[in-house]
Amino acid sequence: MTLTPTQTLITVAVLVLGTVITRAMPFFLFPPNRETPAFVMYLGRVLPYAVMGLLVVFCLKGVTVTAAPYGLPELIAILCILVLHLWKNNILLSIGGGTIIYMLLVQHFFI
Amino acid sequence: MQKNTKKEALKAAFPVTIPVLTGYIFLGMGYGVLMSSIGYGLRWTVFMSLLIFAGSIQYISIALLTSAFNPLYTLLLTLMVNARHLFYGISMLERYKGAGRLKPYLVFGLTDETFSLLSAVEPPEGISRKWFQFFVTMLNHVYWVAGSALGNIIGSMISFNTKGLDFVLTALFVVIFIDQWRSTKNHIPALVGVGGSLLCLLIFGQENFMIPAMVLILVLLTALRKRIDREVRS
Repeated sequence: MTLTPTQTLITVAVLVLGTVITRAMPFFLFPPNRETPAFVMYLGRVLPYAVMGLLVVFCLKGVTVTAAPYGLPELIAILCILVLHLWKNNILLSIGGGTIIYMLLVQHFFI
Repeated sequence: MQKNTKKEALKAAFPVTIPVLTGYIFLGMGYGVLMSSIGYGLRWTVFMSLLIFAGSIQYISIALLTSAFNPLYTLLLTLMVNARHLFYGISMLERYKGAGRLKPYLVFGLTDETFSLLSAVEPPEGISRKWFQFFVTMLNHVYWVAGSALGNIIGSMISFNTKGLDFVLTALFVVIFIDQWRSTKNHIPALVGVGGSLLCLLIFGQENFMIPAMVLILVLLTALRKRIDREVRS
């Protein structure tokens, strides 16, 4: 363990705090007896799509495309997920299959 | 009577949560194994899954727990990664109106998966809505904790090469991204998300791109509002 138990406890507390803030904020900002502004409703409709794109990029931020293995393990695994998901439409299979393929690739083929 | 209401709601909630059962056991196990691989045992794993109950930030916390102690960065990162929950909350304002004293727990447990179920599924006729929502949330919570515990136990007994296991989070987001892409004809928001993030990643580098990317996405979505709204209508 890198962190001491106290540091871990503080980190956990901050993770809980941050999560609760994001989940509870809308219910405090927009109480049931008042109308939610149209702009907020608009963001509520479109942001989930944009944020998922951001999170995919966030996960792949450490990938180097200019040097070996040129992001190939990630590219191959994501293409497999795409094919599996469009073909079988089973979330567990897509996630499980993609992860296993990626693990095989980085452990055995692109070391 | 009161007891019956709850029992009926639990019975109605369980089948609805089965897709999340498999997903959370699997994702939870991955998390539990990773926790074990960085030296955190069953008590820490269960403690974190029980109290945080947010898959993506818990996976990211593996990296936080193995780097220098920095609570402020942790808080900012948590707020950004979980910012999408703001919009789940906004979408659930109406649906959680009548939840009364169950509401704090429903809000606490509003994960991606709970949201995807409760924003789409209505309780069957005659079933208490708030208790149905409560049990869907609670069952998901139980699956998540159970999966994490199981993974941690397995990880402590069998040692195997976990290199690449954290890709499970990437895979999850890619799958949600595909599902969202297929659910709408208007792809501008998704493209803004990917494009804006990539641009900021190139300009600001991987350590600092998240905040500029969030700002750029908000600006672009605000600027494109008319266009997006028009496309949605046509």
